[in-house]
Amino acid sequence: MKFAVIVFPGSNCDVDMYHAIADELQEEVEYVWHDEENLDRFDAILLPGGFSYGDYLRSGAIARFSNVMKAVQKAADEGKPILGVCNGFQILLEAGLLPGAMRRNNSLKFICRPVSLKVENNETMFTSSYEQGEIITIPIAHGEGNYYCDEPTLKRLIENRQIVFRYYGENPNGSLSDIAGIVNEKGNVLGMMPHPERAVDVLLGSADGLKLFQSIVKYWRETHVITA
Amino acid sequence: MYKVKVYVTLRESVLDPQGTAVKGALHSLSYTEVQDVRIGKFMELVIEKSDRDIDKLVREMCEKLLANTVIEDYRYEIEEVVVQ
Repeated sequence: MKFAVIVFPGSNCDVDMYHAIADELQEEVEYVWHDEENLDRFDAILLPGGFSYGDYLRSGAIARFSNVMKAVQKAADEGKPILGVCNGFQILLEAGLLPGAMRRNNSLKFICRPVSLKVENNETMFTSSYEQGEIITIPIAHGEGNYYCDEPTLKRLIENRQIVFRYYGENPNGSLSDIAGIVNEKGNVLGMMPHPERAVDVLLGSADGLKLFQSIVKYWRETHVITA
Repeated sequence: MYKVKVYVTLRESVLDPQGTAVKGALHSLSYTEVQDVRIGKFMELVIEKSDRDIDKLVREMCEKLLANTVIEDYRYEIEEVVVQ
């Protein structure tokens, strides 16, 4: 299986993402510059965290108009797994691939620490290796992770089980309905503020993020590898 | 030539944590009359005249990029200026 890690000017979690795939998951992975127009050779697309275009205007607002985002849109339409983490999530929101928007954290502070998450839906291509309701520890690192959407949108998210991760125990940023990660209606685009790529090795505090990447590979094998 | 002033603020229905903090600071300076503070962005655009309708153009820019209408409202003022 071949992963793309999209690199924007100002991305800074791209190397962590690459490491998670290449060294921990041991799958093929390639960096892709934001100018690239074709992502057909990839099976899954990863939008890493960071501060694309310096977060000028709004987080993700400028990155969403880069060339590669047209190809990301195409991959999303084709049903390929798309994962946006942190700034990657913000870009997916700005691009309209996921509903809602991010506000500054309630505390107005940049928060960087491990948090507890609850797996709210383990029937997605990103979470099938987790138990339903499993509590996991994944670090967050953001100043704008306070998710917002209007009432009808929230109702839809709940009804369609699009809320995949919720903050558990304590809501660090004020996010609506404790939302930490959501998928689109089709279920192949996941945006989340916590960083699973920073939690792939017990030595570094937690390996709870690894199952997310393993779920993607599992999904891909089930749908693409022909068994005799 | 046009000079366009664009104001972007969080929607009334969206809590503005910066504005709330600044209101608190003004209250602690004894300006207790302050009822509400909303913090936003101010952008000044200089736009060349073309055959495209200026009002439509600015509105499009706001909708597409300058404001995120999920959480933000915008308004703008268009002023025609003479180039020296």
